[in-house]
Amino acid sequence: MNVLQVSGVCKRFGGLHALSNVTFDMPEGQILGLIGPNGAGKTTLFNVIDGVYPPEQGQVFFRGQDVTGAKPYRLARLGLARTHQIVRPLNDLSVRENVMVGACFGRQGLGLHEAAKTADEVLAFVRLEARAAQLAGSLNVAQKKRLEMARALAARPYLLLLDEVLAGLNPSEITAMVEIIRAIRAQGVSVIIIEHVMHAVMNVSDRLIVLDYGQQIAEGTPQEVSANPRVIEAYLGDPKLAERLLAST
Amino acid sequence: MNPWRHPGLWITLALTLGLGLWPVVLQKAALRETIFTILLSVALASSLNIILGYAGYISFGHVVFFGLGGYVGLYLMNTLGLSLWVALLAGGLAAALLAFLLGKAILRLRGAYFALATIGVNEAMRAFINNFAPFGGATGISLNFKVYQAYGGAANALWLVYTILLVTTLAMILISHIVKNSKFGLGLMAIREDEDAAEVMGVITPNAKTWAYVLSAVLPGMLGVLFYFKNGNIEPGDAFRLSSSIELLVMIMLGGAGTVLGPVIGAAGYQALRGFLLTNALFKNIQLSVAGILLLLIILFIPVGAVGWLRRRFPALRRLLP
Ligand SMILES: Nc1ncnc2c1ncn2[C@@H]1O[C@H](COP(=O)(O)OP(=O)(O)O)[C@@H](O)[C@H]1O
Ligand SMILES: [Mg+2]
Repeated sequence: MNVLQVSGVCKRFGGLHALSNVTFDMPEGQILGLIGPNGAGKTTLFNVIDGVYPPEQGQVFFRGQDVTGAKPYRLARLGLARTHQIVRPLNDLSVRENVMVGACFGRQGLGLHEAAKTADEVLAFVRLEARAAQLAGSLNVAQKKRLEMARALAARPYLLLLDEVLAGLNPSEITAMVEIIRAIRAQGVSVIIIEHVMHAVMNVSDRLIVLDYGQQIAEGTPQEVSANPRVIEAYLGDPKLAERLLAST
Repeated sequence: MNPWRHPGLWITLALTLGLGLWPVVLQKAALRETIFTILLSVALASSLNIILGYAGYISFGHVVFFGLGGYVGLYLMNTLGLSLWVALLAGGLAAALLAFLLGKAILRLRGAYFALATIGVNEAMRAFINNFAPFGGATGISLNFKVYQAYGGAANALWLVYTILLVTTLAMILISHIVKNSKFGLGLMAIREDEDAAEVMGVITPNAKTWAYVLSAVLPGMLGVLFYFKNGNIEPGDAFRLSSSIELLVMIMLGGAGTVLGPVIGAAGYQALRGFLLTNALFKNIQLSVAGILLLLIILFIPVGAVGWLRRRFPALRRLLP
């Protein structure tokens, strides 16, 4: 079954076509990489999928159900979770409470007691357990990214949308995060990952979609995509792109 | 952690009960009037704290629920001859209904826009009641003295009113604590911290906000009945006085928004200060200005309030300061 189907989605901001006719199917259990230059519409696509913005045209199906224009809380309860590119911690709540929000109001809708247990499990999984009692506002950026991840995971989603969780991390933090993402997929969760750290996204994705100015310019395996001339053009015409990307995987 | 084992809750309840029983034990009517004012503020501030402190929506016109409850209650007792108990229920229900309808309409607004809308609602209600003949228009309703007979005369009725207030105040502190330690409360606090993020995590924000607003309106509605029953009459000017709303805000900010204990301490502290100002020749006429300046100073220097400040300064006190 397809966990997600996006068909003919268009989204405009005033005169700007942030998304033009984006269409793809996503089978269950995959990691789908979403790449493209800044301003390509990647985050907007997440916002359309999870209901933050209704699309002007097109439809979104989540696990076979038409969820076009549904509110974010409805999608969360159906089993969709996401992280934010610009982290949004609930500053005045503890790290554990932040994660409990995900567990309480996500797919499983746990009670407080169960949610606290899930929160501790997930915090251990993203290696943030030592910070559980601290206020979320007091974390550093790398820790806040993990918190975003923990909150999303605590919802026990079917599909996880990760928006640049590697940006701003140092190489060892990136390695740790990539391992976490692999472990998430191993648990059977489908993942869409937006990423600029190319070697990581090439490495971890089963399939890639490339957006440029809101258009879907390429789609396929990492090898196919990095050899695609339109992709090379979009990335400042670097002819050695394919070589570089594949070398680092 | 089991919320019932929170020592801070029991200390707060015990202190409030002790304060409340003081005039009963001494059988002093003057002292009772002083404590009445404090308990009323504690209960009202704790109610407002649910929407303001937990959900982060500043209701500037909260007195509208108190005034509406008073009107509904006095009307039912005076004109229809119903009992105080029925009036209390009806006052609470009327306030809840108003909050529910308002919730659907204005809780979509965020930040200052919501605060402004609540002022508008209060002013609109005042203007409406000013011209609403069944509620006595501009002259209001004066309670027929005979109504008190059913409660053993006016003197006894005052003790009864006081007892009801004490029980209600204790109940409100308990409700405030239960809400704060519930899943519902967690959703509200998520909304306060970041409403969009809360929505993305699955908090059904329109419902959560509406129920928080309703919950914070019920008790003020009932207390309006109680207060104006004791007072004997109600007029539009008094019932919907914006400065009363602002005083409630000062109390919450003083004690610490979003905590259980904050509104209790803040209300008691504010009323003590107000008592001092009112009996002081210099400040008598400017006590509201003092409240305004106080609010400004708190927001500038200790926006988390006394309890919030202590909790941050001394994390070990967290269990004692709910
Ligand atoms: N809320 C918004 N209002 C107006 N323009 C927006 C909004 N969100 C995104 N955009 C614009 O849409 C385009 C795509 O943005 P975004 O999806 O954030 O890109 P990406 O995540 O691929 O870097 C950009 O030009 C951006 O300025
Ligand atoms: Mg982006």
